[in-house]
Amino acid sequence: MRRFLINQAKGLVDHSRRQHHKSPSFLSPQSRPLASPASASLVSLSRFFSSTSDMSASDSTSSLPVTVDSINPKVLKCEYAVRGEIVNIAQKLQEDLKANKDAYPFDEIIYCNIGNPQSLGQLPIRFFREVLALCDHSSLLDESETHGLFSIDSIDRAWKILDQIPGRATGAYSHSQGIKGLRDVIAAGIEARDGFPADPNDIFLTDGASPAVHMMMQLLLSSEKDGILCPIPQYPLYSASIALHGGSLVPYYLDEATGWGLEISDLKKQLEEARSKGIAVRALVVINPGNPTGQVLAEENQRDIVNFCKQEGLVLLADEVYQENVYVPDKKFHSFKKVARSLGYGEKDISLVSFQSVSKGYYGECGKRGGYMEVTGFTSDVREQIYKMASVNLCSNISGQILASLVMSPPKPGDDSYDSYMAERDGILSSMAKRAKTLEDALNSLEGVTCNRAEGAMYLFPRISLPQKAIEAAEAEKTAPDAFYCKRLLNATGVVVVPGSGFGQVPGTWHFRCTILPQEDKIPAIVNRLTEFHKSFMDEFRD
Amino acid sequence: MAIKALDYDTLNENVKKCQYAVRGELYLRASELQKEGKKIIFTNVGNPHALGQKPLTFPRQVVALCQAPFLLDDPNVGMLFPADAIARAKHYLSLTSGGLGAYSDSRGLPGVRKEVAEFIQRRDGYPSDPELIFLTDGASKGVMQILNCVIRGDGDGILVPVPQYPLYSATISLLGGTLVPYYLDESENWGLDVNNLRQSVAQARSQGITVRAMVIINPGNPTGQCLSEANLREILKYCYNEKLVLLGDEVYQQNIYQDERPFISSKKVLMDMGSPFSNGVQLVSFHTVSKGYWGECGQRGGYFEMTNLPPRVVEEIYKVASIALSPNVSAQIFMGLMVSPPKPGDISYDQFARESKGILESLRRRARIMTDGFNSCKNVVCNFTEGAMYSFPQIRLPPGAIQAAKQAGKVPDVFYCLKLLEATGISTVPGSGFGQKEGVFHLRTTILPAEEEMPEIMDSFKKFNDEFMSQVIRRVKKKTEKEKNWRRSQLIKILSPVKCPVTMVEKPEKEEEEECTTPKAEQFRIPQPLECPRAPKPKRRRGGDHSSLVAPTISFQTL
Repeated sequence: MRRFLINQAKGLVDHSRRQHHKSPSFLSPQSRPLASPASASLVSLSRFFSSTSDMSASDSTSSLPVTVDSINPKVLKCEYAVRGEIVNIAQKLQEDLKANKDAYPFDEIIYCNIGNPQSLGQLPIRFFREVLALCDHSSLLDESETHGLFSIDSIDRAWKILDQIPGRATGAYSHSQGIKGLRDVIAAGIEARDGFPADPNDIFLTDGASPAVHMMMQLLLSSEKDGILCPIPQYPLYSASIALHGGSLVPYYLDEATGWGLEISDLKKQLEEARSKGIAVRALVVINPGNPTGQVLAEENQRDIVNFCKQEGLVLLADEVYQENVYVPDKKFHSFKKVARSLGYGEKDISLVSFQSVSKGYYGECGKRGGYMEVTGFTSDVREQIYKMASVNLCSNISGQILASLVMSPPKPGDDSYDSYMAERDGILSSMAKRAKTLEDALNSLEGVTCNRAEGAMYLFPRISLPQKAIEAAEAEKTAPDAFYCKRLLNATGVVVVPGSGFGQVPGTWHFRCTILPQEDKIPAIVNRLTEFHKSFMDEFRD
Repeated sequence: MAIKALDYDTLNENVKKCQYAVRGELYLRASELQKEGKKIIFTNVGNPHALGQKPLTFPRQVVALCQAPFLLDDPNVGMLFPADAIARAKHYLSLTSGGLGAYSDSRGLPGVRKEVAEFIQRRDGYPSDPELIFLTDGASKGVMQILNCVIRGDGDGILVPVPQYPLYSATISLLGGTLVPYYLDESENWGLDVNNLRQSVAQARSQGITVRAMVIINPGNPTGQCLSEANLREILKYCYNEKLVLLGDEVYQQNIYQDERPFISSKKVLMDMGSPFSNGVQLVSFHTVSKGYWGECGQRGGYFEMTNLPPRVVEEIYKVASIALSPNVSAQIFMGLMVSPPKPGDISYDQFARESKGILESLRRRARIMTDGFNSCKNVVCNFTEGAMYSFPQIRLPPGAIQAAKQAGKVPDVFYCLKLLEATGISTVPGSGFGQKEGVFHLRTTILPAEEEMPEIMDSFKKFNDEFMSQVIRRVKKKTEKEKNWRRSQLIKILSPVKCPVTMVEKPEKEEEEECTTPKAEQFRIPQPLECPRAPKPKRRRGGDHSSLVAPTISFQTL
C-alpha cells in the first residue's frame, strides 16, 4: 500500500512538473500577459502533449538556431516553484497597486514565499557590516575619523582579515576554495561547534549554498541511472539541480503525522525499490532543520541516518543552512559531522558533505551569496575533481567569503561589539520564534487546517483539507488545488505563499509554505487577513 | 566492510574529462613554492589587484556605504565620504528591496539592468532592452548558463577559437558537449579566417555533430588581438548562414592598447548590418567588472545581453537563473557603477578619471614592455598585445627540450613553464591549456605585474630562457641519429575531438644541432599549417614593429 502511494506520489510530482513547465510560470513581465483564466486554459490544453507539439508560439522564430524546441531538454524539465507563477502574479499586482491603490482590499504585497528576511525589514547585524565596509574600502582604516564611526573590534577584525588576504586585495580572485585564512577561521568555528577537529582544506567557499549543491550533483550524476534520495517535501533546489544534471530523484517521505519524522524503514524501502529499477543511488539528502517542513532531527534519528549511509555506501549530503534557526527548547541542532564522529566514524568510514550559508540563521544575508561546504571522507583524487570544478568558476565572491568567516566566528564576550551583537542576534531569533508560534496557532485555528510546529528553519508548512468543490473548481481552471488556494489567497490578501505541489507531498494532501519572516508588527494583520480569507474561501466551497 | 560511497571511478565522466589549466599543475606548484617562502609572481590569472593594482576609490566608497547603510544616518559621514558617493549609495540602496542583504530579482536589480541598457545604448547607438540583460556572478556564470541552455548532448558542437580561454573547453566538457575548434592564425596576428571556420564546421558535420554556437573572444584571450569591424561582419554573416548562436565574450572591451582598431561590439556591427541579419542572428554578449581598468575580480560581477532569443527561451534562462536565487548584490552595484561612472562636474570625477587613466596608460606601456621583452629572447616570438591582459609568446622548444620533457613525463610547454617557475618564480600558464597546433608551444602571461617590476621580470625571464635554450642545445648535440629521425617523422595533428586534416610544412632537413642556431630568419618563422586552400584574407595592420613575426625586425642580445 505504502509503495503504491509513493508511486502515485512520484507520478504526481512528475505530473505537476510537466504541468508547471507548460504553464506560463516564468514569464518575464513584459513578454507575456498575466496568467488569466483564459490564457491558463489555453496553455493547459496542450499540457499532455509532448514538448515538441506545443510549439505554436515559436513558429515565427523557427529559423533561429536556438528556440524552446531546441534547447537542452534538461533545462525544460527542471522547475523552481519558490519563484514560480504565483510570484509573477504578485509582482504584477505590486506594480498595479502603485497605480490603482483603491482597487485592492490590501495596500501591500507581503512576500512569504522565500526566506529573504532583509527584504521584509530585518536589519543586518551591525558588526558584520562594519567589518565588510572596512574591508571593501580599506583606506578607511587609515583615517582617524573611522574610530568615531566604527566599533573597535570591527576595525581589529578588518585588519586581521585583510592581513589574511594576499596583498590585502579584496578585489582579487582568491584561491578557488576560498581565502585560506578565512577557511582557517571557519574550520575553527566548526571545531568549536562540534568538539571535533575540522580541516580548512575540507572547506570550499561558494556563492551561497546552492552552487555547492550543484557542484556535488554534477560530480555524482552521470545519467538518469544515478539517483539521489531526497526528502518529500523537499526544497526544490534539489529536484531542480537533479533534473538539470540529468539524474533521478529517489523520493523518501517525511511523516507529517509524527512531526515530519524521517523513518529509516522508509528510506530502506525506497532505496531498494530504486535499486531494483537499476538506479544506482549515490547519495542521501537530509535538510536539518527542515525546509519546508521546519522539523529538527533528534540526535538518535541522525545516528540511524549516518549508519544507514555507511552501510549502504551513500554520500550524506547534509543541508545544514538553518543550523542557527532552532526555536524550541526541547530540540537542539547537531551537525551530522559531529554525530558521525561521535559514533567513532572517521574519514574512511563515511563520505559527508555539510552545506552552510550566510543567507539564513539570524544573519539572513541572502544578497551576499556566501556559503561553504565541508567535504569529508573523500579520497584525494575525488577531492581534486571537486577542486577542479570550483576552479572553473575561479572563486566565490570575496565579501561573501568574509561574511561566511564572520558568521562562524562572531564577537566574543569582552569584545567591544559583543553586547550589541548579542542583543541584535537574540532579538531576531526570539522574534522569529514568537512569529512562528503566532502563525502556527493562527493556522491551526482555521477550519480544516493542521500545522506542525516550526521547530526550526524559517517556514510553516500547513496542511489544508480542501473541500471537493474547491478541488473541482481548481480542476476547472486546470490548476493544482493548492495552487488554486494560494492564488485566491494572494488576490484576496496580498500574501504570497508557495503551493505544496512545488515541494512534493503525499497525493491527495494539500499544503502551502509560508515563511515566518514578516516583521512582528505585520503579523497580526496577516493573521487577520488569512483568517478572514480562509473563512470566506470555505464558505464559498464548503461541501 | 562498508560499500565505498564515492570513488574516482564512479564520478561523472564529464567532470573527469574537463580540464582547466589556469588553475592547474603550474598554479598548484606555484602555491607550494610560495608556502615554502619563495617569491612568486603570479601571471597566470588576469587578476590585477593581486598584483598590486589599487581599486578605484569611488566605487569602493559607494559599496562600503551600501554595506554599512547606518553610516548614512551618521552626521559625521561627510568626513569620510564625498557627497557624490553618499548620493550614489542612497541611489543604489533605493534600487534594492532590503539592501545588500536581500536576494534581488534572479536576473539582477531592475534599476541596475536599466543602467546597463543605457550604457549599451550609448556605446552602440542602438536601443537595448533591460529585460534581455541578466546580471550574473561574474561572466563565467553567464557563459555556463547560456551553454547549459544550448548543449543537449555530445552531438551538439560549439565552435571555439584555439587558442581559447579554458572556461569554454571546461564548460563544454562539463556539460557533455563537443568542442569544435577553429584556429586563429598566429602568423596573421591571431586573425580569424572565415575559411578556417568553414573547414572546421564541415569536418564536424561530417562526423554527425550539430554545430550550434560559435564563441568569439574580442579582444582575445589569451591572444590579445582585436577584431576588425570587417572581420566581425564576416563572422556575423557566417553565423546567419549557418544558423549559429554567437557568444561574444567582450569582457576586455576597455582594454585596448593601440589606436588602429578600437573595440567595436558585435551587437553594434550586427545592428549596422540591418535586416535580415539584425533580426536573424542570435547573439549573447558578456561583460564583467573583473577586467578593464576596474579589475574587480573578487566581486564576481557580470552581465549578459541577449539579442534575438525568443521570449520562451529567455523565460527558460530566467528559470535556471532563479534556481541560483540571485547574483550577489554588491557586485550588481559595482556593475551599475561601472556602466555609469562619475561624470565631469561630479566631486569625484577628477580623481576617478585620474585613477582610471593611470591604470589604462600603464597597461598600455606594460603590453609594450612585455612583448618587446619576449621578442628579445632566444627562440621566443610574440605578437603584440593589442588588447586584453595577456601576452602569448611562442616558445620554440628545441628537440632536446622536448626529449627532456618526455623523460620527465610532462607536456613540453608544461615542462618549460615548470622550469621557469622554479628558476624565477614567474607563474605562467602553458599554451597547451589553451590549445595550440601540435608541435608548437606557447605560454600565457598576463601583462599585470607592476610596471616598475616589469623590466626586472623580463630580465629574469630572458636570463632563464636563454640559459635553458643553450643548455638543451648543448645536450642535443649528443643525440643519436635515431632520435633525429624520430623527430622528423612527426606530423602535426590537431586537437581532438574534431580532427582537421592538418599537416605541417616539413622544414628543410637539417642537422638537429643546428635547430636553434640557424639564421634568425629561419628560426623565427612560424610554422604554416596546410589546412585548406586559403582564401585571400584581409590584411591586418600590425600593431607596431614588434607585433610583426617577421624575423628581421627582431634583435637579440645574446646568441
